[in-house]
Amino acid sequence: MNAHDPKVSADHSNEIGMYAKRKSVFPKAIDGSFRRFKWLVMAVCLVIYWGTPWLRWDRGPYAPDQAVLIDMGNRRFFMFDIEIWPHEFYFVAGLLIMAGIGLFLVTSAVGRAWCGYACPQTVWTDLFQHVDRFIDGDRNAQLRLQKAPWGPAKIARRLLKWGIYLGISFATGGAWIFYFADAPTLQHDFWTGNAAPVAYATTFVLTMTTFIFGGFMREQVCIYMCPWPRIQTAMLDEKSLIVTYKDWRGEPRGSVKAAVKAATPLGDCIDCLQCVAVCPTGIDIREGPQIGCITCALCIDACDKAMAGVGRPRGLIDYCTLDDAEREKRGEVSVPILRTILRPRTLVYLGVWSAIGFALLFMLGQRTRVDLSVAKDRNPEYVTLSDGAVRNAYTLKLRNMEERPRTFRVALEGLVGGAVFTDEMDAAEAARVLTVDVPADTTRRLRVYALAPRGSQPADIAFVLTATDKEGGSDTSKTTFTTAQGNGQ
Amino acid sequence: MSKPRLDDATGVETVGHEWDGIEELNNPLPRWWLWSFYACIVFAIGYCVAYPAWPLIDHATAGTLGWSSRGDLDHEMKEESARRAGMLAELNQASIEQIATDPRLRRAAIDGGRAAFKVNCIQCHGNGAAGSAGYPNLNDDDWLWGGDVAAIHQTLVDGVRQPGDDATRTSQMPAFGRDGILTAAQVQDVVSHVRAIAGEEKPGASAQRGAAIFAANCVVCHGANGEGSRAVGAPALNDAIWLYGGDRKALTHTVTNARYGVMPAWGARLDPVTVKMLATYVHSLGGGEETPAPVPDPAAAAK
Repeated sequence: MNAHDPKVSADHSNEIGMYAKRKSVFPKAIDGSFRRFKWLVMAVCLVIYWGTPWLRWDRGPYAPDQAVLIDMGNRRFFMFDIEIWPHEFYFVAGLLIMAGIGLFLVTSAVGRAWCGYACPQTVWTDLFQHVDRFIDGDRNAQLRLQKAPWGPAKIARRLLKWGIYLGISFATGGAWIFYFADAPTLQHDFWTGNAAPVAYATTFVLTMTTFIFGGFMREQVCIYMCPWPRIQTAMLDEKSLIVTYKDWRGEPRGSVKAAVKAATPLGDCIDCLQCVAVCPTGIDIREGPQIGCITCALCIDACDKAMAGVGRPRGLIDYCTLDDAEREKRGEVSVPILRTILRPRTLVYLGVWSAIGFALLFMLGQRTRVDLSVAKDRNPEYVTLSDGAVRNAYTLKLRNMEERPRTFRVALEGLVGGAVFTDEMDAAEAARVLTVDVPADTTRRLRVYALAPRGSQPADIAFVLTATDKEGGSDTSKTTFTTAQGNGQ
Repeated sequence: MSKPRLDDATGVETVGHEWDGIEELNNPLPRWWLWSFYACIVFAIGYCVAYPAWPLIDHATAGTLGWSSRGDLDHEMKEESARRAGMLAELNQASIEQIATDPRLRRAAIDGGRAAFKVNCIQCHGNGAAGSAGYPNLNDDDWLWGGDVAAIHQTLVDGVRQPGDDATRTSQMPAFGRDGILTAAQVQDVVSHVRAIAGEEKPGASAQRGAAIFAANCVVCHGANGEGSRAVGAPALNDAIWLYGGDRKALTHTVTNARYGVMPAWGARLDPVTVKMLATYVHSLGGGEETPAPVPDPAAAAK
């Protein structure tokens, strides 16, 4: 793609065009172990993506029955038995950090596996390339059709193909909205025109981006738009397993016929160009590692097939570290694959990655489903009553994160002779302990006044929230009690 | 700057710049990229025509769509007031006592009252309603004119010492020193007595003399023990709360010159719903008293 086209600039050697026309890529169908692995990954990804929103999970009458649900309206995230509240967002942040470090780990071990197999752009591009082959035929037929003048037959084929693109785009892009609402209900509302406008807008945007990015832009997205290749290629080193052309073995290249006639012995590469023909991003792997390579390894399948055809050993193009390629060139034994993958760098990534994972699991096991937060009034800090008693005011937030209504006791701790009452009680009913009902899956705001007798000193106090049912659970929130003498320490 | 030339390794033209031997290849942009760029320019032009864009000397171009952020705000305000209309109508219908006993109305009134308080009341009573010298603290349990929600509501509606409002709260304390009713020494004795009954100082000879003066001049309004009277707005003197300060200087000034606090009659300035919300909010601040139960026997009421 970067190759200088002599025809363009033959007359104006200082001028080049404003744009480079995209060179369409017509990858040839290939079968092989990596191709089958790619099929498997695509199938697993699509099944998970489509199926997940339809899984049901009984959480009782007060919570949705969808196994995985991002409930933006109520600010809840449901994942099977785990329910994440907004103040627990650190779980999501932790998962994102794990995803980042996981990318470091995988990339430093086996190269751009994300790009090659799991990236949605790759999965959908692959899908659309199969559509191309289904409608237009394989590489040569596609090339012929591309060159053919527009006529009824070509137009019909193109419309059919784009229609299928659009259908796939709608089916896959539209499925995204089901993660954000009850899937069966939304499905019904969607077709009857009763869904929220944002559902239609999201479906439209995702359908069109899938249609355009997967159907038409393809490798252009990887090379010009996506920041990941830049980051991922920077994370590779000479010990990462990447798709490598062993030039020491392949060069100088020449056909089998040429090899017979050649004066000096030729390399193993028979220059059949099959590795270029099957490449979904249209690169020539024999030019070495490059940004256009997504390490999907289809060229390995193609090359192995070619080598088998001419009776030469497989692995001229292979998953190989640059270090090993050098070693093999010198005739040394390559490092065992396990030692390549488990080296200090990857082990450090693995250690950090699992440490965060275990920390998250630990916190998940530790977390209680009740929570109390206390905000003390600062204006006024304290109020003197007619009998000389001192009163402070607090706003308590009682979180009941269980999917059933619960009754909590809120106890005042650490104020001599003190008592509390709410703004819905009379001061005469003030007591050390309040009993509060909190509806299922709700935060209840409670205005609480703490009373201390005349002459009370500033004090450090705490509110202790305890669930009264047999599952229990409690939370303590410390605060201060202020009098005319100042704050507690 | 060297002349653009073809790079040997790639066959691509260089841009002609060179930094420490590093040159840049002049790779053309993808066509779709250029198209997107041109599309952005077209969009920007369209946007400038459709929406307010170009600042002029005293205004900006309005845009053909007539959109403005002020218009957006206006629209949202209208929607909001439409959303509130139902609750405001209910509050308008309900009496102040009904609001106090209906949790739903009460919650809405407290929220609305808090907002109205911030606009109308904090200038004197402070942001937290804690008041200051001369301006009552509304959080405490000391009320000159009564602390149940109906009494608070009436104080709000009619204000304090508002001419032209027959129901306005008016208390009349003589200026004992200035008008020569008491001598300066007698004033000091009364001050001693008042401070003694409030527990601010130990009773001494001066306080004993003051007790007699108090009995002769003050009990009519402030009560025999200085417990005050809400009927005439006379503050309790035997508690821990002082509106104008409880030290000798402040009390001497009060007895000598008397104090005449004022508050606007909010009934004449604000709509009835806002006043009800304000009363409910003030009542909720922690010192609110229960509304006295209505007298059940009409005969007893007549007597």
